[in-house]
Amino acid sequence: MDCIKQGEGTTFVREILDRYPKEQRFLLAILQDIQKRCGYLPREALELVREHLDVPLSRLYSMATFYKALSLKPKGRYAIKVCDGTACHIRDSRGLVDALEKLLGIGPGETTEDGRFSLETVNCLGSCALAPVMVINDVYYAKVTPEKIAGILRRLEGEDDGDI
Amino acid sequence: MLVCCGTGCLANGSHGVYREFEKMLKYADHSVKVKAVTKATGCNGLCEMGPIVKILPDDIFYCRVKASDVEDIVRETLAGGRPVERLLYTDPATGKRVKSHRETDFYKNQQKIALRNIGEIDPANIDDYIQRGGYRALAKALDKMSAGEVIDEIEKSGIRGRGGAGFPTGRKWRHCAGANGATKYIVCNGDEGDPGAFMDRSIMEGDPHSIIEGMAIGAYAVGARKGYIYIRDEYSLALKSMSRAIEQAKERGYLGDSIMGSSHSFDMDIVRGGGAFVCGESSALIASIEGRIGEPRAKYIHATQRGLWDKPTVLNNVETWANVPVIIDRGSGWFNSIGTGKSKGTKVFSLVGKVQNTGLIEVPMGISLGKIIFDIGGGIPGGKAFKAVQTGGPSGGCIPGSMMDLEVDFESLGSAGSMMGSGGMIVMDEDTCMVEVARYYTKFLAEESCGKCLPCREGLRRMLDILNDICEGRGHKEDMDTLLEICEALREASLCALGKTAPNPVETTLRYFREEYLEHIQDKRCRAGVCPDLTEYYIDESLCRGCGLCAKNCPAGAITGQPGSAYIINHDLCTKCGRCRRVCKFGAVGIGGGAVV
Repeated sequence: MDCIKQGEGTTFVREILDRYPKEQRFLLAILQDIQKRCGYLPREALELVREHLDVPLSRLYSMATFYKALSLKPKGRYAIKVCDGTACHIRDSRGLVDALEKLLGIGPGETTEDGRFSLETVNCLGSCALAPVMVINDVYYAKVTPEKIAGILRRLEGEDDGDI
Repeated sequence: MLVCCGTGCLANGSHGVYREFEKMLKYADHSVKVKAVTKATGCNGLCEMGPIVKILPDDIFYCRVKASDVEDIVRETLAGGRPVERLLYTDPATGKRVKSHRETDFYKNQQKIALRNIGEIDPANIDDYIQRGGYRALAKALDKMSAGEVIDEIEKSGIRGRGGAGFPTGRKWRHCAGANGATKYIVCNGDEGDPGAFMDRSIMEGDPHSIIEGMAIGAYAVGARKGYIYIRDEYSLALKSMSRAIEQAKERGYLGDSIMGSSHSFDMDIVRGGGAFVCGESSALIASIEGRIGEPRAKYIHATQRGLWDKPTVLNNVETWANVPVIIDRGSGWFNSIGTGKSKGTKVFSLVGKVQNTGLIEVPMGISLGKIIFDIGGGIPGGKAFKAVQTGGPSGGCIPGSMMDLEVDFESLGSAGSMMGSGGMIVMDEDTCMVEVARYYTKFLAEESCGKCLPCREGLRRMLDILNDICEGRGHKEDMDTLLEICEALREASLCALGKTAPNPVETTLRYFREEYLEHIQDKRCRAGVCPDLTEYYIDESLCRGCGLCAKNCPAGAITGQPGSAYIINHDLCTKCGRCRRVCKFGAVGIGGGAVV
């Protein structure tokens, strides 16, 4: 519950909810806003959504597990997405995932224990000319090779003072 | 001066180039006689060569421009009127540099309708769009045509849905216009989920008003007052560009009440997708807009009768909507004259994979596959042999190199076992394993299957199990028949198009590349060196010059030898990463494995 623990409380959830009429069709948009803010969907936030829209929590769970843009688990501070679209796949995106798994000790869908990195594969970012592509916190890395990965991670850690 | 700021060029640093131009021009204005205007445009298509800068009116086309090149361009081209030679595009066939992009094979063979404005206008500026004839078709429809005449015109043009199935757009509109009920909806499908496809992204980013205008015309034709555009969540730039364009269109009165003084009112909103491939299916997309999980439903009642919130709905894809204003503006006769018997107009393809000129292209229907891949695409890079092209996204099929004369349209691709789909075209060379490609698509579809109907949910999983076995050396000969049997069940019994078309990758690879399956199953060998369990690298003594580059690059320390004499790979240590093969300058690292070695 990082974003809630950090003294922010749940006001931000109420702010998001206030922007939308109490209609079911805004459910996905509301969840996406919370996801964007926190990097995942904290249970406390979901409880508030449930009250606001008067839908069972199980419905929210089904939404959260159906849509890839939503996550019930926190993402790392550096969210690494390796594109595994077809163009990237045939230009060896698998090699990138292997290299990242080795370096970080986590598989796709997991977050490192220190909360710094999370790894996931995504289906095509529509940047096939740059294949294979990797995106870290919305920064695109084009034509990545397994050999370049360690350097990219090192540079990120350089920007980072080590505190989470 | 036009700086391409599509996602591809942006990732290559085009925004830095744009800023540098702005900065330089501020200071250099005294030496430039005509005040230069720099515009950030949408994607030019030739993403491989990005960032791209075009300079009008001389039509000079610069590739791979860096911020440090800006000074030279301002001094030489803008002030001196000379092109900067080193930044011009080199024709790979002749080795000559060409000045204008229109002279390149890549652009010469294209015909742009849906992409007419992209790369020419600043998508953030509605006046750019209007200057190039934008919203003229909407005015024509509202002023001079009845709703019925608009539908007639679209029907006569022969345009078919660009999203994949190719349903005649005019007929769809007519159904909806004739449906009962005062409330109707228009929906634009911008949930481009096919891996290896980015046609819709480029249009949404680079020419958002063409979609808005198309939808406003469609709304007038069927009598809808409200529209939604469903955009894939991953496309942040497209979301930004579309919402800005909608605001501008509202301000100018192209959206809202009494559009351009007529009695037609139409408004639209954006819905962000949630990242589920199945939401590209129309009934699933509608469920998602309604705020539910995107599960398709059986379609004995069409969306044109009962769609969004059970109201009659027209749902078309981004590219279809972008075509509409041009058809109304230039007339159905003109559009109908382009293309083949049953497939009219042009189609946008994203040409990606193992091809020289990766990028976005728009070609008339009926052009041959060979022309697309070799003339426009510039062939296969690195002197490798061409193997196959995959069209139609994950539910499409692989077409072998022997069928390059195939004329591309809805029917011909279908009869080859593939489909048009939304327009992904992925080129594969000798280093691509066709069995692994089938496994890749099956895995994708198994993950993206919503799980509602059994054939799709369980069938894809079983197919994936079998393909995993084959790729990992546990395949049996009867597996091929089992695969085909499951394929048939999926095609017959699945609820929606995702399951019904899911067999295509497996069926086409089995049909055209059966020998690769047999090699995997009987010889336990992967000729492309993709399946690690069936691959063994070896160094050909007669080709090895003993440079040691492979040993230096081997992450496992598995290569040993003395400089000057042939190196050897220790198979117990080798992790089969293939790096030695990639770095060897003499082609001395070969692929063996299985029963052959």
